[in-house]
Order: sequence, then C-alpha cells, then structure tokens
Amino acid sequence: MSGLSLQNITKSFGNFTAVDTANLSVPHGKFVCLLGPSGCGKTTLLRMIAGLEDPTSGQILLDGTDITPVPTHKRNLGMVFQSLALFPHLSVGDNIAYPLRIRGASREDQKKRSDELLKLIHLQGFSDRPVAKLSGGQRQRVAIARALALSPKLFLLDEPLSALDAKLREAMQVELRQLQQRLGITTFVVTHDQREAMTMADLVVVMGNGKILQAAPPIEIYRKPADAFVADFIGMTNLLDATADRLGRVSVLGQAIPNLTMPEGMTKASVSIRPEDVHLGPVGGDAIAGTVTFVRDLGGTIETFVEAGGKTIVAVATPRERPEVVAGQQVGLILPADACVVLKS
Amino acid sequence: MKREAPKSLADYSPLFFPGLMLIVFFVVPFSTMIAVSFFQRDPSGFYTPDFVFDNYARFLSLFFAKVLGFSLMLAVMVAICCVVIAFPFTYLLTKRPRKVQTIWLVCLLSVLSLSEVIIGFAWSTLFSRTAGITNLFVAIGLMKEPVALLPSFWAVLTGMVYQALPYTILVLYPALVRLDPTLLEAARTLGASPVRAFMNVVVPALRNTIVATLIMVFVFALGSYLLPQILGRPSHWTLSVLITDQAIYQSNMPFAAAMAVFLVLMSLALVGLTLLVGRRENAL
Repeated sequence: MSGLSLQNITKSFGNFTAVDTANLSVPHGKFVCLLGPSGCGKTTLLRMIAGLEDPTSGQILLDGTDITPVPTHKRNLGMVFQSLALFPHLSVGDNIAYPLRIRGASREDQKKRSDELLKLIHLQGFSDRPVAKLSGGQRQRVAIARALALSPKLFLLDEPLSALDAKLREAMQVELRQLQQRLGITTFVVTHDQREAMTMADLVVVMGNGKILQAAPPIEIYRKPADAFVADFIGMTNLLDATADRLGRVSVLGQAIPNLTMPEGMTKASVSIRPEDVHLGPVGGDAIAGTVTFVRDLGGTIETFVEAGGKTIVAVATPRERPEVVAGQQVGLILPADACVVLKS
Repeated sequence: MKREAPKSLADYSPLFFPGLMLIVFFVVPFSTMIAVSFFQRDPSGFYTPDFVFDNYARFLSLFFAKVLGFSLMLAVMVAICCVVIAFPFTYLLTKRPRKVQTIWLVCLLSVLSLSEVIIGFAWSTLFSRTAGITNLFVAIGLMKEPVALLPSFWAVLTGMVYQALPYTILVLYPALVRLDPTLLEAARTLGASPVRAFMNVVVPALRNTIVATLIMVFVFALGSYLLPQILGRPSHWTLSVLITDQAIYQSNMPFAAAMAVFLVLMSLALVGLTLLVGRRENAL
C-alpha cells in the first residue's frame, strides 16, 4: 500500500517504555499531527520514523517496503528539529543546499535549487546572509526549506513552532499547512498544542503514556473523543460521572438526560460535554439545578462557572445567545443528548 | 544594557588584584629577563649590567636557527597530533553515559599528576630493547627480535603527545559537551553518513575551539625540555633544552635570557599569524 505504516512499534529505554505497540497507517500526502502531553512518546515515535532511534520491536513500512533497518541518511526524508539545527558556519543558501552538496550536485544546481526554495519561503536575496543574522521566523523558514530541498517522501517536524511568539506561530501554522498542500508531501508534526493540531492536520494522533489513544480527523477527535484522556486533552471539556438509572438512561448529577441511553453492559461511565454545548436555562424540568459561582466575560465569549452536586461545570456562549447571569444566581443546566459523549470511566 | 565608564578610583578597584598579580608574576620577571638579555657575561662570576647586542648576535647562527626551526616544528606536530587524536576521542566520550564520562575524565586527570620526569622514564623503559613493548611484539610473533625504539624523534613525539593529550581533552571537552547534538542528527536526516556529518558539521562548528586548542598545545609543547633529553638524541633537543643548558650548566644567563626572549617573540608571532589566518577565513 502507498503511504507510511507503523506496525506494533515499541521502544523501551531500560525499564521505561516510551512507545508501546503503536499501530498507525497514513496514506500518502496526509498531514499528521502527533499530539500529547510532554513525555507521552510522540517525539520518540517521530525519531523512530526518522531512523534516529531504533524501535525495540515492530516495523515501519514506507510504500510497502520495510524501512526499519535503513539508516537515517538513506531514508530520503526532511526533518525540522525543535532547535532548528541550522548549521552556524554556513550561510542561508549553503544551509539549504547542504543535502545537494552531500549528494555531489554541482555548484550551479545547488544555487538554482536553493534560490527556488528561498522563493518558496519568501526569503529571496537572503542566500548569502549568515544564519545568525536572521529572525526567529526567518530561521524557521530556512529550516523548512532545507528539509524540503530534496523533495523528500516524508517531512517530519519536531515541535517546529514552539520557539516563536504566539502571533507568528499562528501565521506559520497556516503557512505550513498551505505549503504542505501545495507540495502534497506526507507530513508528521509533533506538537503539544491542540490548536496547532486542529489548524494543520488531516489526521490527529493523540498519544498518552506511550500509547496511541486515538487517530482520527481533528473534528472527529473533538466531537467524538475515544476516552476521557483524549476528551480532556483536546480543548476544554466537562467530564462528569454518570450512572444508569432503572430505565437504562444516563444519569448525571442525579438527573437523567433525556434520550441518552447507557451502552449495553455498562452501569458506570463518564460523560464528556463541551462547554459550548452546555445550555443555561431556568431551574426545573429536566435541567440540573446549580449555582453560578463565577462569570468570566471575555468580550467575545462568556464563560459561566456553575456548581452543581459538588462539581464545577463550565458553559461557554457568545453574549448574543446568553441571557445575563450573575454570580450566586440559581440556574438550570441543560445537557443536550447529541452533544454528550459517553466514555468508559 | 548601557555601561557607564568607570569614574572614581573605586570603580577600578576590581582590577587591582589581577593587576598586582600580573605585575608581580609576569611584568617584573619578564622585564628582568629582557634586561638580562642585554647584559654582559662575566666568565668568572655571573653577569655585569651593560647594554650589548652580543647575546642576540651570537644567536643568529645556522645552528641556532636549526634548533629553533626544529623546536617550532616539533611543537606544531605535537599540537596537530594531540588535536587529531583528542577531538574524535572527546567527541565519542561526550556520547557515552555520564558515569562513563566521569571515569574517563578522572583517569585523564590522574595522568596530569605525573611529572614530566616520570613520564619520560616510563616511556624510555617502554621503548627500550630489554624491557620495552617490542618484546610483546616478539611474543605475539609480529617481530623477530626486540629492538630499541629510542633515542629517536618518534619517541620524543610520542612522549610529548602523551603528556599534552590530557590537557587537550580537558580543553575540548566543555565545547564538545555543549555542542547541540541535533546538528549532527540534522546532517544525517539530510543524507550525510555519520562520519561525513562529523567532518561537515561538528568540525567546522567548533573551528574556533580547535584553533584555540592547537595554540594552547603548541605553547605547552614549546616549553618541554626534559622529554627531548630523555627520549631523543642531541639533534632532537629543543631550544628549551639549550636555554636550560646555558642558564644552569654554562652559567651564561644573558645568552639564555636572549634565547628565551627570542623564543617568546617567535611563538607570539606564530600564534598571531594563526589568529590572523583564522579571522580572514571567518570573514569569507
């Protein structure tokens, strides 16, 4: 099959298992974000794809061929490191042309290709500058151009934008995504920023404790998280303990949610509901009674913190759709059944 | 940050101590030596104050030119050998676990505790015919019969490299430990084999460190005067040996001083030249 496939990849360092039987199949040309908290094994997984670490067991297949035993320098990939790893003794142009120089390309070919790439990253005329004279964003682009110089089959980036300030980072996310779509190159990005993953990825792979917990398109990860960890890690969520009442309905904080039945064979569960799906209304009926403890009015959105049954539930709305509430007020929480995700607890 | 120029005497006070040390231990003795180099030798006694160029004139002969040339050549060779051996060694050392690194560094430091005399006699035993390493080669069938490897130029070189190597490693170690390991990984992902990546990336990135280390070992080797005597023939004696000989055995202080001044000037010139060449290459 075409694309990259990880089969039962495990990596242990002594007693510590960094990556635990990871299985993943990525079609050609997809943009994949490896997402997870620090220490979850996402960087180790990327380094194994690059060949900088050897898996303890398992195989990595590229277009059907096992590349596990192939050393890094023969894998035909481009990688951008967190530190960027630009060569300090080379100029911008020489940095970009380095992979061509290694392969014995002529001086003219090197120049031609590096100029082409400099145009692609909007840095024409920077060829002769020393790397140290560039700004953070410019260095970032040079590192990307260098990784793409040989039109590799795989494009790997390890937290590439973490050194940039927030505004530049957002702009680079869009730029990176557009570049990837134009080139149609299979791309893996390691990030701990879920917003970054949502912006760029075709496929988000959420990892925790060395395991792949869920691999799905970003919106599916957001709407249908596979477990409580994923739900909590991606965006803000309210995680509530749930039980089944005698009619088999899901009951949260002592109140059954209409039209939401507990899956077969489960008596206890967690319910995840996004803050924007929680509606506030009058007390009574099917609503869960609670007390407003705090209102955070951010202008664009209003976050309302409601305490009910010892839990704090957050509801987010725009000023238009929310009647004004104040701290101390009694409100009813409505959890629409189609917005609730029932998860194993 | 804007720095204000020091105004009062108190602002200069941090400089007093280093200044004093420099005067007591460098300016005074070195000026004395320069002065003595112009004095007249008194064959019956020590020397008489004077201002003559005889000592320098005597130095300008083919014999001393050869000795000077040999001394500089030997020091350069020691410096190059040390860096060529120590650089890859130290690089590989920094890739080992921390514990292994510590053990190696402690062993290297213990070599520093050996005096030049002990090193000299240890190597003279190792290179001897009766008890030397050639006996081992005979035992494993590499050689027919044991031979003496000294006195010879190679014996001198080996001894001096052995003596300077721990210093070289200790000077290179901090720079190599700080080197960003992802530079090398980046080169590998871009298609360079590990050896190629090392030559293309690690060596040029640490060029300044390498030049500084070369200069340090060069100066260090220039002052060596015991090893050439223990391990070499008189033709392998360096200028430092001759200076010792003149100063201590011939009691010709003015001439020894003149040679020492000349040696200092020559090595300063060489170091300056190295730095100048380095800067020009940097500018490119």
